[in-house]
Amino acid sequence: MATLCEGFTLCGLVQTQNASDSPIQGIELDEDSDHAVVTDSTRSVTLYKVSDQKPLGSWTVKQGQLLTCPAVFNFQTKEYVVVSDNKVIRVWKDEDLNLDKAFKATVTADVWRVHSAPGGEPVVLFQRGAVRFLDSLLSAPQQPIEDVLSEEEVIRWSASIVAEEQHFVLFTTEQNGECCLYVQRLNPNTLQKYRLEREDSGASPLSFSASLRDKHLNLLYLYPNGCVYQSVVAARGYVGLEGVQDLPRSLRLRLPVGEGELGAASAVALDEAHVAVVGVPHPSARTGKDFLCIWNTNFQTLQAGILRNWSFVWCYLGKLFVPHGKALSIIPYECQKSSLASALGKLRHTGIAVSKSSVAVPSWNTLLHGDQPQGPTKIVETRKSVRNVKLGVNCVQPQPHQTGPVDEVQREVEVLVSRGDAQDLQLSVGQLACHLVARSQAETAFYTPVALAQLVQTQFLCHSVCPGLLLLSLEHKDYFLCQLCLQLFPDIPEVVTCACLKTFISNEVLQTPYSDNFLLPHLKDLDTQQVILFLQYLQFVYLKYSQDVYTQTAGLRSPTMTQIIDWVCLLLDAHFTVLVMAPDAKGLLSNLQSFVKSQVKLFSELGKIESSLQELHKMKLSKDISQYSIEVIELF
Amino acid sequence: MGEFKVHRVRFFDYMPTAIRAMAFNAHTERLALGRMDGSVEIFNFADHYFQEKVIPGKDSRSIEALCWVGGRLFSAGLNGEITEYDLENLRPKYSLEAYGGPIWTITSNSQGAHLAIGCEDGTVKLFEVLEESIQFERNLDRQKGRIISLSWHPSGTQIAAGMMDMIRVFDAVSMLTTVLLVDRGFGGSKSRETVVWSVVFLSDCTIISGDSAGKVQVWDGHTGTLVKTHLVTKWDVLALSVSKDESSVVVGTSEGTVIQFQFIAPTLQQQQDKEWVRTRTFKNHTHDVRALAEIETAIVSGGMDTQLVVRPLLEKFDERSHASALRKIQFPHRNLVFCAKKAGLLLFQFPGQLELWRLGESDGHGKPGDSLPLKRKPEKLLHLKRKGEDHICCSALSSCGGWLAYSTMSSVRLYRLQTDNNDISITKVPKLPKILRSAHQLCFSSDSSKLFAASSQSSVLVIALSQSECKYVHTLKPKSGSRQPIHLMTNSVDGKWLATANSDCEIHVYNVQKLKLHCIVPVYGSCPSAMGIHPTTNNLTMVHADQQIFEYSIVEKQYTDWSRKLQKQGLHNLWLDRDTPVTHVTFNPKNPEQILLHDMHMFCIIDQSLPLPDQKTQFYNQMTLRSLSEQERPSHLHAFKICKTFQDLLSVSLLDDQSLVMVERPLLAITSQLPAPVRQKKFAT
Repeated sequence: MATLCEGFTLCGLVQTQNASDSPIQGIELDEDSDHAVVTDSTRSVTLYKVSDQKPLGSWTVKQGQLLTCPAVFNFQTKEYVVVSDNKVIRVWKDEDLNLDKAFKATVTADVWRVHSAPGGEPVVLFQRGAVRFLDSLLSAPQQPIEDVLSEEEVIRWSASIVAEEQHFVLFTTEQNGECCLYVQRLNPNTLQKYRLEREDSGASPLSFSASLRDKHLNLLYLYPNGCVYQSVVAARGYVGLEGVQDLPRSLRLRLPVGEGELGAASAVALDEAHVAVVGVPHPSARTGKDFLCIWNTNFQTLQAGILRNWSFVWCYLGKLFVPHGKALSIIPYECQKSSLASALGKLRHTGIAVSKSSVAVPSWNTLLHGDQPQGPTKIVETRKSVRNVKLGVNCVQPQPHQTGPVDEVQREVEVLVSRGDAQDLQLSVGQLACHLVARSQAETAFYTPVALAQLVQTQFLCHSVCPGLLLLSLEHKDYFLCQLCLQLFPDIPEVVTCACLKTFISNEVLQTPYSDNFLLPHLKDLDTQQVILFLQYLQFVYLKYSQDVYTQTAGLRSPTMTQIIDWVCLLLDAHFTVLVMAPDAKGLLSNLQSFVKSQVKLFSELGKIESSLQELHKMKLSKDISQYSIEVIELF
Repeated sequence: MGEFKVHRVRFFDYMPTAIRAMAFNAHTERLALGRMDGSVEIFNFADHYFQEKVIPGKDSRSIEALCWVGGRLFSAGLNGEITEYDLENLRPKYSLEAYGGPIWTITSNSQGAHLAIGCEDGTVKLFEVLEESIQFERNLDRQKGRIISLSWHPSGTQIAAGMMDMIRVFDAVSMLTTVLLVDRGFGGSKSRETVVWSVVFLSDCTIISGDSAGKVQVWDGHTGTLVKTHLVTKWDVLALSVSKDESSVVVGTSEGTVIQFQFIAPTLQQQQDKEWVRTRTFKNHTHDVRALAEIETAIVSGGMDTQLVVRPLLEKFDERSHASALRKIQFPHRNLVFCAKKAGLLLFQFPGQLELWRLGESDGHGKPGDSLPLKRKPEKLLHLKRKGEDHICCSALSSCGGWLAYSTMSSVRLYRLQTDNNDISITKVPKLPKILRSAHQLCFSSDSSKLFAASSQSSVLVIALSQSECKYVHTLKPKSGSRQPIHLMTNSVDGKWLATANSDCEIHVYNVQKLKLHCIVPVYGSCPSAMGIHPTTNNLTMVHADQQIFEYSIVEKQYTDWSRKLQKQGLHNLWLDRDTPVTHVTFNPKNPEQILLHDMHMFCIIDQSLPLPDQKTQFYNQMTLRSLSEQERPSHLHAFKICKTFQDLLSVSLLDDQSLVMVERPLLAITSQLPAPVRQKKFAT
């Protein structure tokens, strides 16, 4: 769950004449995580200590001069950099009092932005698209700057991203309604141009946000019709592609826009699942577009929202910076991974070979109620775009599952499953499973284990699509189907997990995703005998694995050591007082205690030799530098 | 372009010695630097800090202080002698015993008429500077305790002397002395005497002192009172230097810091009440800062960590440029490594000895990036200690590996080397021509039949070598009448041409067969730092301290078309921005288009057949080219192929078997051989 904490005001703002303009050009960080460098829209740069909400320093250019780009902090030289009147780059240090006396250099072309990020050299992006390292630019300020963009192309937004040894400058441009993304890699310099897919309305994106995840650059952009798209560009490896590429996109979120279109709004990616949006109406509030909301893009759920009058947002280190009215507010936020979110990563241990294809989790309300589909939420990278899925119940005809006997239903399912179109299948499988479950619950004689198993094995189902399925299989003691569900459903609620536990113990249960807080109350429902049995089983599994760690073959579905230990801890937490009193648990508990003791001892021993091991590592490095070697080099 | 097999050599244990003293001559913009081994180096600050001259050291000489009087350079040291240097012949002109025991300091008055020295026996001795020498004039009042530091008042009538626990001010007119008592340190150091390592005497009679208790003290010379004490370090304040306008003083400490004090008003309201305020701290050294000079736009510092640091004062620059960058001079701007290309031998020159090594061998081939297995390890064949007190100033190895020569200030020695398989025998050539007494540069002709020795007044002695004898042939003299020493000398493979370069930036080309001057290359404003004659075209390639490259056709006596094209288009800014000079030019006989160059941080092959890079071209493009496909590459190629894989380079040469020899001396290895720096308490240690 994401939560917005109570905000506070960092500073007052001067109201601009045009209300839709931000009174702030930019907010940047410096080396102290508690500092914020705020550049206002006219002449001054102020450094704030965020926790104290007080300014530490302020620098202003002379009357008549104008700051044209947000000040940034050069993390390498510990200096601040700003551009005034498009062409004059000014560099100063913390201790400099007067900006006019600071170092300045005039360059030959208009600067769009200076970008700086920890671990990278600052980069200057010119309005015509050329990119230079600040250092090399300042060493020869009068160097000619080439035009990269065509004449009428203008930069709308830019960002720089520093990944391990890679430095990127991203910027988007607009020309005659066509938007393009440029990805400039530095050292070696390569420029790649991508064309963004045109929105039907012909509108251009209102805001962009870029982030780096899993060695991919993620670009998130918001259109006036409320659609938030994401595009992914590989960060690693050289893209040997000439010319302009079409940039595939996927719909992450469709925001409710109310009447008309959005005017000024902005979306910022917080982490892989959460997006902060301002300037968009709250779905439950009737009027007004002045909300700050955090949406979960995986589940299309609204996580938090506050009403204020604002339209810009910046995000740094767990804090949202939002100018509104006459003040700049800071709102800390938290994005916790819930059980649902963890279905997409946390506890699906990567060591286990789960299914090869990723599980596509459709948005259930769309699928069940057949209203306008919003598309799958889990992005499938290869897809060029989200097709408009127009498929209803009527596609599956005839419909023996409504009334027909078991074998007829079986046949229908086989036909359906053998169809190739994954997109359509996803919908119809969900529909069909729901119908079958509903019918089974109504008619006690009707139960189609094979058909259901087949449906589950398509991997288009999940618990939330068909909530009754797992419970139904439990009812019928169909453990095969249970196992299958546990194996393939990413989103089984903790209460159901515990219900499964009560009936049978498996490997599979241990591997279901859960979150501690939700599981604990349900675990308490288990009775003592079940707990003891379960603990014994866990101990058995643990001992088995600890004896031969390497026999865990990749193909075999077995819980990891961590998962086992986690479950042991949870069980003990839930039932410790009862277990202490139970005489038949005594042996088990003392075994566990001695085990913990031995573990603690092992770790302390490991801790002791840690530094020696590190030394070994260093020694290996120094050996590389020998007094003499014969090497082969290649020059091009 | 292709693959190269590289002998990566890191066994040259070159170790520069600590910097002890420096003196800057603002008029000629020359910095004189004295090192612990008694050598003196002259850097031309007007020409990209080029190390123009080196006067080799001597075992018995020590330098405690250096001082310019006009264009004349004097030093004094703990051997008790004052030495004046002959900057044209790169040797001491004369040395004078001062009869006061070890000398700690020497300084001249601003008029340049007198020198004052501070002696161990407590005397300050005044010497009159005469046309060709100096003459003792008188002793100032003899004191108890040694005189460590001295500073003249700009008027020349008063002199301040830093001593143990006190500063004395002598008045030459009234003959009175004033005593300023310097506090001792606190705690345990209370019992130790405080050494006043350095004093400066300003025109407003303010005296600033730095002492071994870590204090910088400001005194009023009129009243003899202490105005202000700044405790700047727990260790010693070793050196002080005042700017020309007396608005700033820099201080060097044992911690390796340089601290600036400025004479400014501490508040904006009272602009009249100026005082000395500590303003900036620079930390560019790891060890004692023993020598300092504040020049017009920069602070120059040096010390135990052997490097010379030029730290520009950014407020003196309007915009950030090449000149405003921090510069560290770590390696000499001349060759200490000589390679016998045919024989695969390396000669390393140390001040006290020569080392001859045979390179290793490997078999097999490898992919780029591979290290090949060694079939034979490199082997040290010879360790030749010099004779006498004088340090080696130059040496040479013939390309066949059969001859070896070195010179000190007082003698030249020539050896015949014979290697059969694993045995090496060395024979000293007994009778050298009498005229061959010392040389600034030595080189053998490529067929090893001649030895060229650069002698005084830019002349070159030609010596014929044969198995039986060694005969003086001729002296090649320049027409210009320059008195400056030759610092570069190279000859052509066909044995016809010899080119020399001197500190006047003149390059002479001689016809060795006719034994006469062939031509003078048009004089360029920056000193050549490396040059070489092409083996097939006989074009002379010169690289200057300002990084410009010229190619001159010796046969046609004019610059080549390529050179003109290069000058017309201009070199790439990134090439011009490099801060170490090219110290070696060589060629690839198998591929006449290629010129091989290197400086401390890179190695470069210039391919003259490729287009020159313009300012928009990506200059360091090897990584990009590597990532491109075979078909795309040609459109991205340009003439400068720069490899930065090898760092801290002292020498690059190409053997006859087409393999490269890169001699690296990692700075880290130099640092690790330095004594431990003063202990600094770091948090949580």
